[in-house]
Amino acid sequence: MIYLDYQATTALAPDVADAMKTAMAHYGNPNSAHRIGRMAAADVELARDRLCAALGRPDGRLIFTSGATEALNIAIHGAARMAPPDRRRVVTLASEHHAVLDTVMALRHEGFEPVILPVGADGLVDLDIAEAAIDGRAALLAVMQVNNEIGVIQPLDRLLEIARDSDVPVLCDAVQGFGRLATPDADMIAITGHKIHGPKGVGALWMRAGLDLPPLMFGGGQESGIRPGTLSPMLCAGFGVAAQLAVERREADMAHVEMLWERALALFAGWRVNGALAARYHGNLNLRRPGLDAARLMSQVRGVALSLGSACASGTGRPSHVLKAIGLADAEARGALRLGFGRYTTLDELEKAAALINEAAAMQKVAA
Amino acid sequence: MTTPVYLDHAATTPLLPAARAAMLEGFAAWANPSSPHRAGRHARALLEDARGRIARVLGWDGHVILTAGASEAIALSLGRSKAGEVRAGASEHDAVLRHVAPDKRLPVDAGGAVILPETVPAGSLIAIQQVNSETGVIQPLDDLAARIHTGGALLFADCSQGAGKLALPMAADMIAISAHKLGGPIGIGALLVRDLALLRAGGGQEQGYRAGTEAMPLALGFAAALEAERGWLGDVADWRARLDAGIVAAGGEVVAPAAPRLPTIGSYRMPGVPAQVQLIRFDMAGFAVSAGSACSSGSLRASPVLAAMGWSDAASGEVLRVSLGHDTRREEIDAFLAQWQAVATGKQ
Repeated sequence: MIYLDYQATTALAPDVADAMKTAMAHYGNPNSAHRIGRMAAADVELARDRLCAALGRPDGRLIFTSGATEALNIAIHGAARMAPPDRRRVVTLASEHHAVLDTVMALRHEGFEPVILPVGADGLVDLDIAEAAIDGRAALLAVMQVNNEIGVIQPLDRLLEIARDSDVPVLCDAVQGFGRLATPDADMIAITGHKIHGPKGVGALWMRAGLDLPPLMFGGGQESGIRPGTLSPMLCAGFGVAAQLAVERREADMAHVEMLWERALALFAGWRVNGALAARYHGNLNLRRPGLDAARLMSQVRGVALSLGSACASGTGRPSHVLKAIGLADAEARGALRLGFGRYTTLDELEKAAALINEAAAMQKVAA
Repeated sequence: MTTPVYLDHAATTPLLPAARAAMLEGFAAWANPSSPHRAGRHARALLEDARGRIARVLGWDGHVILTAGASEAIALSLGRSKAGEVRAGASEHDAVLRHVAPDKRLPVDAGGAVILPETVPAGSLIAIQQVNSETGVIQPLDDLAARIHTGGALLFADCSQGAGKLALPMAADMIAISAHKLGGPIGIGALLVRDLALLRAGGGQEQGYRAGTEAMPLALGFAAALEAERGWLGDVADWRARLDAGIVAAGGEVVAPAAPRLPTIGSYRMPGVPAQVQLIRFDMAGFAVSAGSACSSGSLRASPVLAAMGWSDAASGEVLRVSLGHDTRREEIDAFLAQWQAVATGKQ
């Protein structure tokens, strides 16, 4: 199986698996005061340091969660609850992940007004619209760094300036960009292990120093009371090593991705690329051909793991809200494929996959 | 430095070899279980297999919603329940009590048993743990469930400590369990739900009741841990009886000695020696035990569990929890008893 679904999840790196095997033997509860507990706590704290170092943001604090979804929920609900009463708008983009969009929409029941900014055909927010919408009435701006479906990189520096002018805290969903791009100067940053060759079941929320959030759940008071539940030294250790590896290999990984990207553009010359080409993480190629039935193509190309959009929404039959947001009609969106590649993808695999995909598209007698 | 004697299995218990092997198998199938391609479907099949095995070994024929642990399962149950008010026993875990107003807490007797009101408020959700994590006291949940249901209310049972050791209270409407208390990995638990209509939906995974990519390897570890044999529980019951007798003979006191208690947990008072002092002395001598639950250890507040049972702050401040597990050996218990006497008599 040729795996071209790097935005859904990534293979566990061998070094990560080794670190997890080692930590499995440290069986204490990190909250226990005795020596065995402190050994488990050492795994957790070492991982925390590694993640802060990888983020390049040692100035804040990082709490572990069960994944990015939980981190985003804590940040959005928390920022809303902490906001002064005259700030009742929560601003986000139409192309965000459901973990953000659904959470922002749920705040309607608590008296908040979601403000969903449109994105252009290139997938990028219009900065004039953003500037007009983000003002002293906003409790939060939640923006994704790299889009999970079309890979586009939002102009975060400019958005951060706009938000700062009105003292609006900014949450960045950096799930896809973490370990690959520079960390944005946001107030809160959500990341997860399994998108950077780490384990599933662990994520984190980084918060600027001084920022305090109320918990979503209650329990044993772990993670400064913000996120209860016993932490897994194994999962934290795996995440920490994955982050460290991502930083160590960043240049090599990015060069490899760039090489694959250049080749992919040539291999899929007959296709249109959804979203911006330049302002994009080049490990994502979201393509379409008019008249193509992408779901059918997926079942034709069984030896290649690719997707039609986010894994979470795959199989639901719903057209992608991201492709809709960039202005594609449902019929056009049905002809779209998402290819994601990275550290362990070989050029040979990419070429074989492209041949299979192009052949399947040709079998559908679709015009290039 | 020698390996410490670990007598804190109620905080977390070492991963069973079968659970470890199952997780390694899971690591190899790393695709996203929600992906529709072959690799994703393989991960999905393993996840659903784990879910089915978890239900089967527990004898549960309702739904199994996998969560990041018991805290999340509790938050899901109590936070998204469609029932009216939530009531809970006064000796419940903090994760439960935080959902319950102080005047909605049900008292417990000196033995730790929950006292239900004459009339249970119809339509309410009553949270009662199966086993107390600090004292090991077992609640008679089948009887309580019958009375709760007769009153037209629902029962949520936190079975974090009892699952895998005692039969689940099958009459409960919702049950929270945690893998790492029974030899599975930390980071996964489940909410068992009789009828999903009891909860407000939310989330794209777990039948629409949770959001977040599923951690399939952890689910495999959870299932394997539940399926492991439990023959050691009989031995451990003997070791715990030995502990009880030895500590009483040495001038100590057993918490809730007459109550039905889980054989893996004992809670003991050493008169005249603060628990924090005991804890440090035991740790230095190579014994890992705890003062109350791990979550609250490090804090110096008196145990709310013992307070609910009528203990004074002074007396409860002298209580330590000793908890046993599958690899506990009789020699370790004897060594601990000898150390207990040394600490009690000020010799160490």
